[in-house]
Amino acid sequence: MDFNDTPEQAKFRAKCREWLEANAELKESKSNGHNASSLEDHLKVAKTWQQKKYEAGWAMLHWPKEYGGIEASPIERIIWGQEEAKFNVPGGIFEIGLGMCGPVMMQYASEEQKDRYLAPMAEGKEIWCQLFSEPAAGSDVAGLRSKAERDGDDWIINGQKVWTSGAHYSDFGILVVRHDPDIVKHKGLTFFFVDMKSPGITVKPIKQITGQAGSGSGFNEVYFDDVRIPDSQRLGEIGDGWKVAITTLMNERLAVGDAKGSDIEEALILSKSKDDAGEALIKNDSVRERLADWFCEANGLKYTKFRTISALSKGEAPGPEASITKIVSANKLQEIGNFGIDSGDMAGMLIDENDGVSSFQGAWLGAPGLRIAGGTDEILRNVIAERVLGLPQDPRADKGLAFKDIPTKA
Amino acid sequence: MNLDFSDDQKFLQDEAKKFFNKEGGLSNARTVMDDGLEGDAGLWKKIVDLGWTGIRVPEAYEGLGLGHLELCVIAEELGRSLAPVPFSSSVYFFTEAIIKFGSEEIKSDLLPKLVSGEIVGTYGIAEDMHQATESNLNVSVEAEKINGVKIAVPDAGMASQMIVVVKSSAGTDLRLVDLNDDSVTVSPQKNLDTSRAFFKVEFKNTPSKLIGESGKGWQYIQHLLDQAAVLFAFEQVGGSQAALDMAKAYSMERFAFGRQIGSYQAIKHKLADMYIAVTLAKSNCYYGAWALSSESAELPLAAATARVSATKAFQLCSKENIQTHGGNGFTWEYDCHLFYKRSKVLSVLLGSEATWKEKLVTNLEKTNTLAKG
Repeated sequence: MDFNDTPEQAKFRAKCREWLEANAELKESKSNGHNASSLEDHLKVAKTWQQKKYEAGWAMLHWPKEYGGIEASPIERIIWGQEEAKFNVPGGIFEIGLGMCGPVMMQYASEEQKDRYLAPMAEGKEIWCQLFSEPAAGSDVAGLRSKAERDGDDWIINGQKVWTSGAHYSDFGILVVRHDPDIVKHKGLTFFFVDMKSPGITVKPIKQITGQAGSGSGFNEVYFDDVRIPDSQRLGEIGDGWKVAITTLMNERLAVGDAKGSDIEEALILSKSKDDAGEALIKNDSVRERLADWFCEANGLKYTKFRTISALSKGEAPGPEASITKIVSANKLQEIGNFGIDSGDMAGMLIDENDGVSSFQGAWLGAPGLRIAGGTDEILRNVIAERVLGLPQDPRADKGLAFKDIPTKA
Repeated sequence: MNLDFSDDQKFLQDEAKKFFNKEGGLSNARTVMDDGLEGDAGLWKKIVDLGWTGIRVPEAYEGLGLGHLELCVIAEELGRSLAPVPFSSSVYFFTEAIIKFGSEEIKSDLLPKLVSGEIVGTYGIAEDMHQATESNLNVSVEAEKINGVKIAVPDAGMASQMIVVVKSSAGTDLRLVDLNDDSVTVSPQKNLDTSRAFFKVEFKNTPSKLIGESGKGWQYIQHLLDQAAVLFAFEQVGGSQAALDMAKAYSMERFAFGRQIGSYQAIKHKLADMYIAVTLAKSNCYYGAWALSSESAELPLAAATARVSATKAFQLCSKENIQTHGGNGFTWEYDCHLFYKRSKVLSVLLGSEATWKEKLVTNLEKTNTLAKG
């Protein structure tokens, strides 16, 4: 057992490091990241950085060579990610395109379309988003109701998508819609890509419980009113929408990691600091007990990740252990945020006039979203129970029913 | 990055798993429990014959000269099968104490006998209904003679040698005692898990030999406890996994309201939470195994983390296994109570969860930055 790179990995890491050092600034601290004053500025900086990476061959490591990637192994992607994270560079804009939309286009788009769309996506010139969830289709995403109706060589799309990250600045999106409500749920879906500037598309940022809307890679509602999509932009056969969507979500699963934000480290620093009376919270037994619990969770996740990396590093398929990551980290984040606020007693609820919400307050406000996004705690427990432990699926009330006959209210 | 056991170690673990299955799995613990035995002497003899008592003993003393990682994989299988043998007392504790702190004379005398099974060793720390500390020890040594009473001494029935933590003029000493000496009285103590045997051991002017340096006993015992905590944690993870597997199997075969109970989310989410606890504990155990095998300065923190995490996992899995089994889980006939009872004994045997949480946080207080891999 050791935590060292193999010689090849060390060589790759050194290569990443060398290029990053020549092209970016190291972060001063772990939490200090890129801060742009406005969304426009952030996009500009992010696009410039992506372009730079593209020119040097770092933009889409895992892509096949024919599309400009280097077919990097999972461990090389992890090493690049670890090194890039140490630098003060913008992120959060291109992941959906490069991680989900690119691979699905490679698999299902025509040669002409691949030539047209993949390079600008990789270069950061065009941003992509993913249009799956709907107001009535969250955990049960195959229950989506947006309609596609055939009209000559086109399809006419009507309906609404929701929780679309980055829709407000995206150029293109991948989309699943229902072409046939008269057959069973999963069979009536078809997959497209769409120009987000098409007439009839309206994007409305969602105001979240944090009070924020449309900042960073914020969420949106996307309305489709008689939007025309040429049949040539269909990905996969008519009725294969669910299959294509699952392939895409599998790619997403690789990308979802820890809930970012206040962790045991910050809780520990706070606990060790002395208050006005010279007392440190860490002297309090109930605080000590909670620190021990969070440390066991944080450390357990860290070494769970190391076990996964170790398997990848040996070229083996990792076990299912990473499936626990989001449930544990999002709940821990919520508890630590809560602890940080409580530590200020009555002042804990107050928001600083100059600095805005503290990182503990931010964690507490953001954690409920993290417990839902990318699979709710409950869905993820079902996933562990069914796919990892092999327990039977729940009986489904919609099984075998035509979509239009599935009950939607009591 | 290689946070994994080697192929040889995985092979050893697989052999151990097959061995315990072949030897009857949980039925051995049940037999010891039902018949009021001190342990399974037949199973112990076979373990000795496999060479596992000599895993960490250097070849010069007739052992296998392997590392702690080999012990970790065996520990997980001992835990999974709830093996009723004095392995932890004799191997994790007594043998380690001799290897790490024994004089050449003591090593040459005892290590080959520990390997061959001629002797079994144990240890005594606790004295009363509270946590033993350096300042509250009553068992004491004067002119090499020990007086006082140790309680909850595991396996003292099968063991003939014992490491005793005692108060001395220099502070605390570790002393080696022959349990067959006439001045020693060993009497069984009833406990919650009768698949394991515990004893009260009374010393009256009992002759003893110093282990290591006088006055360093408390420091030694902390190190031995840290080492043992990692190995106990592997046993706890093995037990947790077995309890989870048992709950899963039952939830697939038991029907209620016309369907498998494992198809209800109430059961699924319970089992998912058990899986989460086992996975966290196992990963913390790997960190502990790394710290143990590399003699890292992080061992105290790593051991406490593995120990707390594995204690929580085994307690959760063993109690929710009973719950998943409904009324059947509360019967003597079903094996659920074997896990429940063992999880409790393992959770207090090296010191309670609260004690190890306190150790964990004390170590966190000392560090300015958290351990980086």
